[in-house]
Amino acid sequence: MKLMTATSRPAAPGGGLDVIVTSVSSDAHTWNLVYLQLLLEEYGHRVVNLGACVPDRLLVAECLRLRPDLVVMSSVNGHGWRDGRRAITALRTRAELAATPVVIGGKLGIAGPGGDAQARSLALAGFDGVFEDGSSAAAFREFLSRLRPRVSA
Amino acid sequence: MSEHAAGAGRRPARAGGPVAGAGEPVAGAGELPAGTGGRSDFGAVVRRAAAAGRLVVQPRMGVSDPARMRAGLLATRDAGVRTVGTITLDSYTRVGDHEAVRAALRNGEELNGYPIVDHPVRTTTALVADVSDVDFPVQVRHGSARPQRIAAALIAAGLHATEGGPVSYCLPYSRVPVAESVRAWAETTRLLAELRGRGLRPHLETFGGCMMGQLCPPSLLVAISLLEAMFFGRHGVDSVSLSYAQQTDPGQDTEALSALRSLAAEFLSEVDWHVVLYAYMGVFPSSPDGATDLLADAARLSVRGGADRLIVKTVAEARRIPTIAENVTALRVAGHAADHERRVMAGPARLAGPAPDTGIRAQARAVVEAVLNLAPDLDTALIRAVHRGLLDIPYCLHPDNAGRTRATVGRDGTLQWTRIGALPIRGLADTAGDADGSAAGLLRSLSYVASRFDDAALERAAAREFLPA
Repeated sequence: MKLMTATSRPAAPGGGLDVIVTSVSSDAHTWNLVYLQLLLEEYGHRVVNLGACVPDRLLVAECLRLRPDLVVMSSVNGHGWRDGRRAITALRTRAELAATPVVIGGKLGIAGPGGDAQARSLALAGFDGVFEDGSSAAAFREFLSRLRPRVSA
Repeated sequence: MSEHAAGAGRRPARAGGPVAGAGEPVAGAGELPAGTGGRSDFGAVVRRAAAAGRLVVQPRMGVSDPARMRAGLLATRDAGVRTVGTITLDSYTRVGDHEAVRAALRNGEELNGYPIVDHPVRTTTALVADVSDVDFPVQVRHGSARPQRIAAALIAAGLHATEGGPVSYCLPYSRVPVAESVRAWAETTRLLAELRGRGLRPHLETFGGCMMGQLCPPSLLVAISLLEAMFFGRHGVDSVSLSYAQQTDPGQDTEALSALRSLAAEFLSEVDWHVVLYAYMGVFPSSPDGATDLLADAARLSVRGGADRLIVKTVAEARRIPTIAENVTALRVAGHAADHERRVMAGPARLAGPAPDTGIRAQARAVVEAVLNLAPDLDTALIRAVHRGLLDIPYCLHPDNAGRTRATVGRDGTLQWTRIGALPIRGLADTAGDADGSAAGLLRSLSYVASRFDDAALERAAAREFLPA
């Protein structure tokens, strides 16, 4: 398994989502991304893993190119709160990506879990789900179960 | 502060860099900072401590506010154990996003490290001159694959000890092509090496002993650390340290440290070197007792394995960036654990008995030699080695990494290869046959150390609670 590549999606596979897993621009951690990829693949989804330190421009370009059913942003370096807001703003300014489900999770602030206010501000900025450190895998799974693959035009 | 008084002003006897008289004018970069820190020799400080039977302990500390950074360095200096200081940079500076740094500074928002490029030079110069001296050098830690601006900033501030490497700060942490990282690191190393002409002794530490923090088998860590140290030497820095990060098994780690030292003696005869151990860099125990035990284990491993310096982790590691107080506690725990281990091992016999040989040294040597044979110059050799998968880091997502190797924590608790791809160690390495490639299996391997230390701490607490005194 080479985790990085996979640029074309398999044709009409049953049910699974096409998911982009990505870090934020300043975050170099990748174990979270490797784990999320394996987890999502085990749930039956297809994953393109963009890896560490993904600039907003690259994230937008990859989302426009791959048109994923879901974007999973993960960050553990304490800048996720700030970088995440910047990234979601960049994604939502593109009309094509205005409705793409995008979630963020990890250790998002420097001082540990930031509580409801931080989560609300991220949701307000355009995230469809915020899974801070300490959220359960079950909550993430439940979120996934509500998504349907995008129907190609 | 007695800890750093001993030996002040004395110069090491061992061969190496030029030592200029103090006070001579410096060409090119303005004047030396007012303090004596500008004259410190990082490698010599560690060597003096080792000669005195003391482990040098060092935090990973960095905050954005200069006053708090200063307080952190002073607290490190005065921790009561043998220390050197650290300024860890923020992650925007690491990726070169200076716009984000300046926005955060303007808005008074805290960063996850010290933004050395964007703080005014005089701010950092004053900070360094104020806290560092010949016995308390300060090292800049960053994580950048393109560190030229960082190097220029730390040099301008009167510093000359830093760390990283063309492979270790490229593959795990960046998207920069390895060829570009090699070029950037060659430039950076030469920039530091120029300081030798001014009577300073720049020091570079490899980060190659820590690829991905966990699940990279020891032989590859040892090989990359050696190759990066040789790279620094070839570009003119003659005082280096070789890192190795504590992994899952003390016996295996002792063997790895022994292999690293013996290969360094062989391949790095031209430069001054020492070995630096990183306390566990993977998922850290979440219980304070478990975290403390793991750190103490690292200190004992330093002593047994002949590492002269240890970079610590704190009890807060599993949750957030540690406070200054937590760092000071960690320094003391590590320093005292090392002293205790040294007493247990009765002084000069600290390396008593050869570690069992499971082949780490042979594998590391094979990798180093295969890479060196790829090209006469090491820069080209390193680039080819990555492209051809001779250096292939398990689970690394970098576009240039071949991605054909895998490793796991074996039943006996040691790190083992499960796939070796094109690594030139065929016939030298066993591969575990029963690898669990699932997400749960990966999580088990990633959290193996944390669980082991948390469980042990829990059992001890339970015993205290329920057993009669």
